[in-house]
Amino acid sequence: MPEPEVDTRRREIAGVLTGEFQSPSPDQVLENVLENVLLFLTSRRDRNAVSLVCKSWYRAEALTRSDLFIGNCYAVSPRRAIERFRRVRSVVLKGKPRFADFNLMPPNWGAYFTPWVTAMATSYPWLEKVYLKRMFVTDRDLELLAQSFPAFKELVLVCCDGFGTSGLAGIASKCRQLRVLDLIEDEVTDDEVDWISCFPESGTCLESLIFDCIECPINFEALERLVARSPSLRKLRLNRYVSIGQLYRLMIRAPQLTHLGSGSFSSSDIVAQGDQEPDYISAFAACKSLVCLSGFREIIPDYLPAIYPVCANLTSLNFSYANINTEQLKSVICHCHKLQIFWVLDSVCDEGLQAVAATCKELRELRVFPIDAREDSEGPVSEVGLQAISEGCRKLQSILYFCQRMTNAAVIAMSKNCPDLVVFRLCIMGRHRPDHITGEPMDEGFGAIVMNCKKLTRLAISGLLTDKAFSYIGKYGKLVRTLSVAFAGDSDMGLKYVLEGCPKLQKLEIRDSPFGDAALRSGLHHYYNMRFLWMSSCRLSRQGCEEIARAMPGLVVEVIRNENEEDKDGFEILYMYRSLERPRIDAPEFVTIL
Amino acid sequence: MEKPVVYDNGLNLEATELRLGLPGTNEPEKQSSTSVRSKKRASPEMAEETRSKSSSCISDADDDAPPPKAQVVGWPPVRSYRKNSFQQRKGEAEGAGMYVKVSMDGAPYLRKIDLKVYKSYPELLNALENMFKFRIGEYSEREGYNGSDYTPAYEDKDGDWMLVGDVPWEMFISSCKRLRIMKGSE
Repeated sequence: MPEPEVDTRRREIAGVLTGEFQSPSPDQVLENVLENVLLFLTSRRDRNAVSLVCKSWYRAEALTRSDLFIGNCYAVSPRRAIERFRRVRSVVLKGKPRFADFNLMPPNWGAYFTPWVTAMATSYPWLEKVYLKRMFVTDRDLELLAQSFPAFKELVLVCCDGFGTSGLAGIASKCRQLRVLDLIEDEVTDDEVDWISCFPESGTCLESLIFDCIECPINFEALERLVARSPSLRKLRLNRYVSIGQLYRLMIRAPQLTHLGSGSFSSSDIVAQGDQEPDYISAFAACKSLVCLSGFREIIPDYLPAIYPVCANLTSLNFSYANINTEQLKSVICHCHKLQIFWVLDSVCDEGLQAVAATCKELRELRVFPIDAREDSEGPVSEVGLQAISEGCRKLQSILYFCQRMTNAAVIAMSKNCPDLVVFRLCIMGRHRPDHITGEPMDEGFGAIVMNCKKLTRLAISGLLTDKAFSYIGKYGKLVRTLSVAFAGDSDMGLKYVLEGCPKLQKLEIRDSPFGDAALRSGLHHYYNMRFLWMSSCRLSRQGCEEIARAMPGLVVEVIRNENEEDKDGFEILYMYRSLERPRIDAPEFVTIL
Repeated sequence: MEKPVVYDNGLNLEATELRLGLPGTNEPEKQSSTSVRSKKRASPEMAEETRSKSSSCISDADDDAPPPKAQVVGWPPVRSYRKNSFQQRKGEAEGAGMYVKVSMDGAPYLRKIDLKVYKSYPELLNALENMFKFRIGEYSEREGYNGSDYTPAYEDKDGDWMLVGDVPWEMFISSCKRLRIMKGSE
């Protein structure tokens, strides 16, 4: 299928031959020059700015944009996007709001990929990359994708659901140019299809194959052969059905790997004592380019020493599925001087985090997940671990920390020791829990974070919090774009402070906090600048939401009921977002669009 | 002296139960810690289905800890995938009463048993005797196992090897990570 520009050229040449050719106007020349320059402009924010200069620049920019980013799939329709941007090679689409991950959104809410893939199939024949987050993707969608785009190279699905192994089989067999197939935290149904065997029998161009979220066995022999015929493979993340013995067999075939997800990292039940186990240590030692290690889904800690040879080179280590204790962590972390990204379970305790602080001076991102994710669980990490990290890891930019006990002092210390913080997410798992030493609310701690961390763009707060905390956020959080609030605040003032004080606020998600209609009204001046607002189990009334919908026609205001809710006027969730379109028609029965 | 616990079938198995403790040791203490633990083993599906937002709670025998709250939907904000990874396998990994490896000195293969299946030391030791075809001696606090070459030991959460039978049964199954039948006297 010829590209549009080929037709234009043909016409120009025809014009020259018949003597009808006229020299292009200065405007046309300028536009041609601009197009060529804009090819180099990749940042979408810069491009958005360019498109606002004048109509000519708008057109040039639209013709040269190859990467389409749509942060909310309902903000714009496929047709409108395709009409404006005609030469797209890569599409990013995001669907459900983040709180849907925690079962707060009833299923079948929406975010269907189908209308998008259907429209793109005919309009973007040269499409190479699709990245979807929190979208509902069916096997038929994947089939259509595989059939429609001969140059297709990269498919990345994050937190998606609706498809199964039969959809993957279609991708594997039909996308002959496939370089990247990354399935990250998706829910993939087991259709009992051997999708691994569906990749082309001759060599593949695979560079990245990530399937650690797939909860069903795969054909290991087929995988082994696939790895053997994929010389460009650099990233491989296995699921928990791959044993350590099988991992060994793959590693010796692919020593060029840079990213490895190690699967279960355990052996099958019957292990003969005295039997020769493979030399795991030399398999790891042979992977001289390995910089990112994850997996360990069912780890037998006895095997941990196998990874010692690669620790010194690791920049990213994900132990967040590895149930290991302090000593076991220490034995590994002491080698990891270059580590920048570290995910771990709180089973390593404060002492484990102290060891991290002592060694990982280059740490940029830390995530500490709870092994027992309930409000009243033991909580092996506390302010002690947080304090240690703040003192040892001065370059920290991003932290996610689950705990049961915290103090303002430790949070304040982090705000001072880690000035580069961009993301600060603290989850004190017990609701309304104060500083466990002083008994005070956690206001001062979070206040210090917004005050001292001048680059902060993302914040998640927890613990006992009064309106004061929100006043700090409104006063100092001038760069905050994403804010997550749960079980916090005293009155409408809390939400008002934030809506009036944070000019950069894009994504606001609030649950179980005492904010009502008056607070909602205070954001009218800002809602068109935001991607979305989520409020669930707050003090909103239907009339309050209707008022907003009337005042702001460019907003889609959804009120979402519990499926079991008898009262047709009652609702659990307010989800509202700006949109260029009329309200969607694919909403289920329990969603009312005002 | 406490009234001994009588089981439904009328047998007083407490008399033959192996445990350490002075006569008249406080039973209720054990009960409350047991009940807290069994709450921890409550199925995650049940917990997540509780949509009540009010923190109605059943007060615990233990006065120091705050009463456990009813689980709230979607809190803490950990994706189900992560939560479920550990609910299923936590038992195995921590040895909190589920499958543990059993090795016997001189035997070429290890075995695995589910500690949850057994309610007391005599049951467990019986099962081991049958599995490996040997006999364990008489247990006494002072002398350990007398009358046989075999001694059952277990590795606890701290990595130490302990004699089976010294601690109360509930404490044993929550801390036992693996078992080993040692041959020859210590």
